[in-house]
Amino acid sequence: MSEKEKLKMTNKWQTLLEKPGPILADGAMGTMLFEAGLQFGDPPAVWNMAHPDVVRTVQRAYLQAGSQILLTNTFGGNRFRLGMHNLQGRVRELNRTAAILLRAEVDAADGAALVAGDIGPSGEILAPLGTLEYADAVDGFAEQAGALVAGGVDVIWIETMSALEEMQAAIEGVRRVAPDIPLITTMTFDTRGRTMMGVTPERAAKAMLGWGAAAIGGNCGNGPDELLAVIQKMHAIAPEAVLVSKSNAGIPELIKGKATYPTGPETMAEYALAVRDAGARIIGGCCGNTPAHLKAMAEALGLAKPVFSPNGAEA
Amino acid sequence: MSDELDLTTLSDEELTQQTFDDLYDGLADEVVAEVNEFLRRGWTPYDTLTKGLVGGMDIVGIDFRDGILFVPEVLMAAKAMKGGMAILRPLLAETGAPQIGTMVVGTVKGDIHDIGKNLVAMMMEGAGFMVVNLGINNDAEKFIAAVKEHNPEIVGMSALLTTTMPYMQVIIRALREAGLRDKVIVLVGGAPLNEAFAEEIEADAYCRDAAVAVETAKKLIAIKREKTKREKAAVG
Repeated sequence: MSEKEKLKMTNKWQTLLEKPGPILADGAMGTMLFEAGLQFGDPPAVWNMAHPDVVRTVQRAYLQAGSQILLTNTFGGNRFRLGMHNLQGRVRELNRTAAILLRAEVDAADGAALVAGDIGPSGEILAPLGTLEYADAVDGFAEQAGALVAGGVDVIWIETMSALEEMQAAIEGVRRVAPDIPLITTMTFDTRGRTMMGVTPERAAKAMLGWGAAAIGGNCGNGPDELLAVIQKMHAIAPEAVLVSKSNAGIPELIKGKATYPTGPETMAEYALAVRDAGARIIGGCCGNTPAHLKAMAEALGLAKPVFSPNGAEA
Repeated sequence: MSDELDLTTLSDEELTQQTFDDLYDGLADEVVAEVNEFLRRGWTPYDTLTKGLVGGMDIVGIDFRDGILFVPEVLMAAKAMKGGMAILRPLLAETGAPQIGTMVVGTVKGDIHDIGKNLVAMMMEGAGFMVVNLGINNDAEKFIAAVKEHNPEIVGMSALLTTTMPYMQVIIRALREAGLRDKVIVLVGGAPLNEAFAEEIEADAYCRDAAVAVETAKKLIAIKREKTKREKAAVG
């Protein structure tokens, strides 16, 4: 990346932060793809090549709802997860394409939104507790990050992590290929207010800030109320940090084989205000959130995109 | 180590409690030493397993459920139990410990989470089952092949993701189509599951943790065997 490109990328992030007030992230991609026919157990990232139109439609809807930072469809796009389906050879292709698709949609809107390269967990547990060696984890995340950067992302967003060692490996992997790219890092606090591995919000916040994340917080989990508590704790221990809150639309219930999320747009709008008041700056939705949810959140936060009728008057 | 505990000085009860504590703390070497001490005292391998190790893991399971322990601690405890099992396994076979049945267990397609499943496998082994552990990411074909090969009494399926749970229904349907559904008892488990889901997919039972899985497996096998006996008697 040239110095000029580096500067441009950092500037986009800085520009976004300089505007006062909350920033609207996007909603879910995985659950939207399931709605569109993605099979259970199949990797969503493949649809960047197989059904790019579907992926772009979802992203376009979030842009129209008012999203100012969106994630590439690359959750599970690392060699470990793709390896389950023997697709580890397609990491570069799928991640690069995902970034290009999102950039195209962002540019087709007004070009102001940020493209965030989504890096999710390996799905494995790091040694010595598990079998994935730290160095191998770093290699896998570096591979994914390299492809996302090649596709032109503005920032990298490492999400849904449960283990601090893995978060560190992901950050190290990203830094190997992109020493200066702004990093957003969020963990999943779904087990009694901690992550599955027992990490508290306070410990997570300190660690992620210590590793140089530009924004930190929580995503996914058991629903808005629990994530609100996480934000409160993080804000108390790191009042200056840029906090991120991307909550599920509740815990899904399986009704007739379909995962149904109970929390509706109105409740997500209330959640958006609550986490904003608790100190969150970047606010969005994870699993179960649709463009309708994001629209309600945007309106509550005063970030809704105005809709202009053909004669130029605001609708 | 100057203050190393001399296990030989402990009563059976104290030894059991020490084993529970060391299991809880994930101290594999200590647990191995304790297992050897039980055996030295003449405890049967079966009793050592069920009263010593399984009893200790029950407590780990309860505290995990109550949010006192988290995954890392459970994994360490499981490793310690595995250390003890490694000594007992060949001895159990030798001493003809009761063989209750066979279980095929696996995580379903698209899912790689296996801590719970591995705990179930260990505790089922501890309870006297032969366990065929298919590992992770298993499609219907793999389950069917395993059922045909091993003729299990129990088929266990595990999933941690709401997005992979529905695949259990695919597997059950496949078992039915292959004419195998009535030959096995299907148990399902995993954090997002519940009884309603188990009913909907027509599994035999939902088991919320490894301890419940063992009890349910034993109960349902006993019921099935009773039923088969009565049917034979009625025809006979």
